[in-house]
Amino acid sequence: MTTSTLPDTEMKSGGAPRRANPADRLRVFGVSLPWIRRVSILIGLALALFLPFYMEGFGVFQLTQVLYLSIAVLGLNLLTGFTGQFSLGHSAFMAIGAYTAGIMMDQWEVPYYLTIVPAGIVCFAAGFLFGLPALRLEGLYLALATFALAVAAPQLLKYEHFEPFTGGVQGLDLLKPDSPIAFLSNDQWWYYFSLFFGVLLFIAAWNLVRGRTGRAMIAIRDNPIAASTMGINLSLYKSVTFGVSGIYCGVAGALSAIVVEFIAPESFTFIFAILLLIGMVIGGIASIPAAIIGGAFILYVPNFSEMAVDFFFGGDPASKALVWISFGAAMIIVVYIMPMGVAGFVKRNLRRLAR
Amino acid sequence: MGKMFKLTTGAAVAFVAGVGVAAAGNAPGVTDTEIKIGNTNPYSGPASVYSTIGKSISACFNQVNAEGGINGRKINFITYDDGYSPPKTKEQIRKLVEKDKVALTFQTLGTPTNSAIHKYMNKKKVPHLFVATGATKWGQPKKFPWTMGFQPNYQTIGRIFGNYILQNHPTSKVAVLYQNDDYGKDYVIGVKDAMGDKYKQQVVKEASYEVTDPTVASQIISLKNSGADVLVNISIPKFAAQAIKKMDAIGWKPTHLLNDVAATIASTYKPAGLEKSKGIISVTYLKDPNDPEWKDDAEIKEWRAFMTKYYPKGDINNAFNVYGWAVCSLMINVLERAGNDLSRDNIMKMAASFKKFRVRGTLPGIVANTGPDDFYPVEQMQMVRFDGKGNVRFGPVISAETSSE
Repeated sequence: MTTSTLPDTEMKSGGAPRRANPADRLRVFGVSLPWIRRVSILIGLALALFLPFYMEGFGVFQLTQVLYLSIAVLGLNLLTGFTGQFSLGHSAFMAIGAYTAGIMMDQWEVPYYLTIVPAGIVCFAAGFLFGLPALRLEGLYLALATFALAVAAPQLLKYEHFEPFTGGVQGLDLLKPDSPIAFLSNDQWWYYFSLFFGVLLFIAAWNLVRGRTGRAMIAIRDNPIAASTMGINLSLYKSVTFGVSGIYCGVAGALSAIVVEFIAPESFTFIFAILLLIGMVIGGIASIPAAIIGGAFILYVPNFSEMAVDFFFGGDPASKALVWISFGAAMIIVVYIMPMGVAGFVKRNLRRLAR
Repeated sequence: MGKMFKLTTGAAVAFVAGVGVAAAGNAPGVTDTEIKIGNTNPYSGPASVYSTIGKSISACFNQVNAEGGINGRKINFITYDDGYSPPKTKEQIRKLVEKDKVALTFQTLGTPTNSAIHKYMNKKKVPHLFVATGATKWGQPKKFPWTMGFQPNYQTIGRIFGNYILQNHPTSKVAVLYQNDDYGKDYVIGVKDAMGDKYKQQVVKEASYEVTDPTVASQIISLKNSGADVLVNISIPKFAAQAIKKMDAIGWKPTHLLNDVAATIASTYKPAGLEKSKGIISVTYLKDPNDPEWKDDAEIKEWRAFMTKYYPKGDINNAFNVYGWAVCSLMINVLERAGNDLSRDNIMKMAASFKKFRVRGTLPGIVANTGPDDFYPVEQMQMVRFDGKGNVRFGPVISAETSSE
């Protein structure tokens, strides 16, 4: 996954002085690629803005979940996809973010909207500090170290000396006020609240990977030795990327706490960390819009699997074991048809159509 | 009244009227032919051992439907997998309430998972009935008028152990082993409650384990070294069996008080060794299907017939399947008594008015009682001692009526 064969032309195009990317001259049905990109972003934004008005509460709630899952997948993608550092422990950063927000709301009665930024900051610190020692590890060893973090996190949250804050195994029940805008239902309000942070973070990621830092990150992924000869401080960049990745997961965690109104150690098991990884791979490694596809995949596909199984077996719970099997099958099919993830698939086929 | 109307007027008019009547009073998910009931269960994930409860309940409703339904209505039992993850439970429950439009939820399983939906259910005023957890917080009718528990709560059982120690081993040294989570800690609170100051004097050693630990061998050794001659063992079957084996191996023979969760023959005593398990004291409220005492018991026979016909894949040695069948009878009774007034208010009212209702599958003499201030249906238990073959009951049926706040 860390090979240099990724056809990410727009990322390599950030060099100064800017030269026109030859790929930009390609046309699909007479429309140039940059325009296709712009139009699809606009359509995406319009959909994101208006969809909640055409859905019932539950659907909006699911969309909101997709939003915070996408943010977390994007955070993981910055670290793994762009910088080539594996992590199986991002559920732990989400837990830290969620508990930062949760404890602030529960213990100090801080209004929910003021908890997002602190959650991000705490997770930046946590990610940076974890990154410092862990990044001496390479590849699989790093994956194992982060996996340990994911396994330990729920246990640490149950630790009795933290219990006055974390609520221990009982978790934290979070109260929050109703929607402040009269024409928005609570679900819609939480959706737009999350969308605000989502858009902000996606734009930030976009800018990050297209700039100097982004090029350094990609260089570290593609060839760490060459990167360091060019004067890139590997351990600093890796740690900072870990921290930035932490910000994304922290904000996602805080949003999840606010949206679900409850957090418990069981909310952030290592299975969840693996789901995030699945979301990243399915969506497409080293692609920013892919995070949305990844977030949607890990939320909707298990639900569709359950719906399909219930449909074929009349809702008989004896057949529930098939749900995750069919989820696995769906995953295999997607990876088989689209080895570069959905984003890579779209990109490649656009190129094929282009002339 | 609806039926009289149907007889005198045309069928079409009657149909419209019927729908009108149903829509006005009854809960969503209730039609003239169907009642939708929602449920979440961990069919996957770390707690999937409990999934057989959801399956046996589903089978129970299949039987109800095969026998004509309840007051002419079939039960449509919709059960979803939450993998024991609270955010997933919330999502699935919202789907059940808002999309599938169930009339109520029944036997949603797990403490953290039910905590995640506790407020939602009460805000939406949807009956959140007979939850499958022994935590103590499910019976607060003032604060949460739509949520009701089912089984004796863990603190109550802890108190029974505490009282037993006070009465029978007032000078013994006591060791406590517990699972480090809400379930284990709730029990310890109960023991402490009952023993008061004596807890500090008598308990010489506490040890806990995590549900993810591979073994409790080291805990058992340290508890033995404390010199205790009474062990209060609050663990799930896997660890209880390990503890029994280890105690036998190192020759520690204290009075062994084992919590009800693990006091079953198939899942604990058999794997640990029946001989080694002799003398273990516990409390229980369900009939253990492996206990020779219930071999010819009418209810257990009825349960076996049910298993054979409606849940043939289920394990007839698994007490969870008795549990599902037992709690199902409460739900059936609530809907039967509600008659044709299936509003959510009335369903809740019926759930809160059990008067000495005999719960099938529980020990003789155990009945469910609820009231406007008592949202704990089953609160009776009996102490048992394992004799190498079965759990022999001793002492009276203990009523631990914890009144709800």
